[in-house]
Amino acid sequence: MLEIRNLHVEIDGKKILNGLDLVIRPGEVAAIMGPNGSGKSTLSYVIAGKEDYEITEGDILLNGQSILEMEANERAAAGIFLAFQYPLEIPGVATMTFLKAAMNAQRKARGESELSPGDFMKAVRGAAEKLGINPDMLKRPLNVGFSGGEKKRMEILQMSLLDPAYCILDETDSGLDIDALRIVAEGVNALRGAGRGMLVITHYQRLLDHIVPDVVHIMAKGRIVKSGGKELALELEKNGYADYVEAA
Amino acid sequence: MPAVKETVETVKTIDVDQYKYGFVTDIESELAPKGLNEDIVRYISAKKDEPQWLLDWRLEAFRRWQTMVEPTWSRCHYPAIDFQDLHYYAAPKKTPGPKSLDEVDPELLRTYAKLGIPLREQEVLAGVEPQNRVAVDAVFDSVSVVTTFKAELAKAGVIFCSISEAVKEHPELVRKYLGTVVPTTDNFYATLNSAVFSDGSFVYIPPGVKCPMELSTYFRINESKTGQFERTLIIADAGSYVSYLEGCTAPKRDENQLHAAVVELIALDDAEIKYSTVQNWYPGDSEGRGGIYNFVTKRGDCRGARSKISWTQVETGSAITWKYPSCILRGDGSSGEFYSIAISNGYQQVDSGTKMIHLGKNTTSKILAKGIAAGRSDNTYRGQVSAHRKATGARNFTNCDSLLIGDQCGAHTIPYIEAKNSSAVFEHEATTSKIAEDQLFYCMQRGLDEEEAVALIVNGFVKEVLQQLPMEFAVEAQKLIAISLEGSVG
Repeated sequence: MLEIRNLHVEIDGKKILNGLDLVIRPGEVAAIMGPNGSGKSTLSYVIAGKEDYEITEGDILLNGQSILEMEANERAAAGIFLAFQYPLEIPGVATMTFLKAAMNAQRKARGESELSPGDFMKAVRGAAEKLGINPDMLKRPLNVGFSGGEKKRMEILQMSLLDPAYCILDETDSGLDIDALRIVAEGVNALRGAGRGMLVITHYQRLLDHIVPDVVHIMAKGRIVKSGGKELALELEKNGYADYVEAA
Repeated sequence: MPAVKETVETVKTIDVDQYKYGFVTDIESELAPKGLNEDIVRYISAKKDEPQWLLDWRLEAFRRWQTMVEPTWSRCHYPAIDFQDLHYYAAPKKTPGPKSLDEVDPELLRTYAKLGIPLREQEVLAGVEPQNRVAVDAVFDSVSVVTTFKAELAKAGVIFCSISEAVKEHPELVRKYLGTVVPTTDNFYATLNSAVFSDGSFVYIPPGVKCPMELSTYFRINESKTGQFERTLIIADAGSYVSYLEGCTAPKRDENQLHAAVVELIALDDAEIKYSTVQNWYPGDSEGRGGIYNFVTKRGDCRGARSKISWTQVETGSAITWKYPSCILRGDGSSGEFYSIAISNGYQQVDSGTKMIHLGKNTTSKILAKGIAAGRSDNTYRGQVSAHRKATGARNFTNCDSLLIGDQCGAHTIPYIEAKNSSAVFEHEATTSKIAEDQLFYCMQRGLDEEEAVALIVNGFVKEVLQQLPMEFAVEAQKLIAISLEGSVG
């Protein structure tokens, strides 16, 4: 279980999260919806362990253990994966090289042996094919010159290869046309179940037509203001965030 | 990505301050008295039992040097060097002209074993994989101690020996080419080198011969308060090819040590010379104490038509690096290349780059320079590309990229471009970037620790240059890069 308790977060003295409580159960797909500036991306960075934030109060627990003292790479090895809204470019580093470095680093952190080159190739080829990724693309430097859709697909490829316990998808639908959105959503859906928890962060209902959540949380002014079933997303689509923001 | 992994593991075994090659070998040396005057020049020449013409050549250079002033145009800042407080000649005492490894002081061999390089050579001696063989010349302080594989090279007609030996055995070649690329009047340090050079390597590849193995020289400064002034001369005769590697280390010492080498390359018609350097002189400690002052003049002359000279350098050491390996593109259709990785950390200062002088018709040159600055270091690329009036159809492509790690270092790019005819096409690209926190976070989110993430990003940044190095050197260089950047983040 991934549990966030009364989380207060500041950056440069500015308060972003304001007593946020949230629970993601194994196997559950939770969606967080909220207007711009409500702190959604901050939440995803803080869970993943980005350093720029100051946590003034509260805790984040993974299976009952606080992860606040862990480095980003340690959290990754413990099973937390963040699909970035804007995936970074790594010039000169072939995608394949990057994937192998990441997979082996996590395996090593967990005390497992490195993948054999054969097993690695098989895993990557299989996962890439499912996402409609051309194998030639894997030879290119990671994300350099990739289209928005290609970058997002690359995130899902990494997610499937790293096999995390909890996935956070930050605005995965941004910058995608409808075809790309469908492919990415299919990739995500294929990774559902098997006890894997997911937190899908989005502005819009449309992503949730493709990745149907078990629970929907509405976030405003740095905390969760309402939680409900998937119908909550539809209601939001109709009435907007205004009422929630005012109430927060 | 085994090399990067290996890099990271190597890094982890090393302290921040731990310069791996910083040991001193306890070997008895013969030292010239401190200071520099005509008598010292005569002393060096006499020690080497040189012919009169060479002594005269040295003396002329020395007299010239006395009229010259130390250049101050570079971006490197350091206290004035007292040229009278140095020894200009140091030789390991027990090795009067060894003919084979057996004759070399075992203490010296142990030093080379510690340095790693001869491991390869020892394997080679044991008969491992013929295509991987590297012939090695090792220069310890001032004297060349051992040149391997001489007999086999001789079979191919290749001459590879110390320059002192070449003066004796092949005086006609030395006399014909010495100082024809870097004249004794060239610059302050080159002129000083001409007066006092003690040894170095000499290579001659006869017409049409592709040198059957990589040639390598290993330079080591051991003695304290010693200047090392080696002189390398490589001649590739018509239609020949040679690949030459050079490696450098020095012990850790609190005082600064002076290194002023001269390298001259001559490529005749259709010949090709590939010259690679991994420079890892002691860079000084984390407070900026000690380290080598590296003032080097390296120049290649593409004298023949369609000849080619290619410089590849990985510069990670030295407190100060002042070095511009250059090509004079004299022959029609000749081409020059310069691939460089210059890394500075701590208080290191690097002012390095190249010159591509287009004199012949349809000459081409390519420059690919990657500078990486970390710590409180200063890293400058300085490059000149020029086309003479007669150099019609000259083309150059330059790409200089700088990467900054942290916010206390500096990177500078200073290009000089000069075209005296309208048909020359010169392109220049330059970028400066910083390893973004976001990039590091992204890699770490995928499971890499901070050092692995930096090593991965930096290796990506320098990849195009690393690819120019011979395979074994590339792995070595990759390790060196990570070690040099150890402790640069966080």
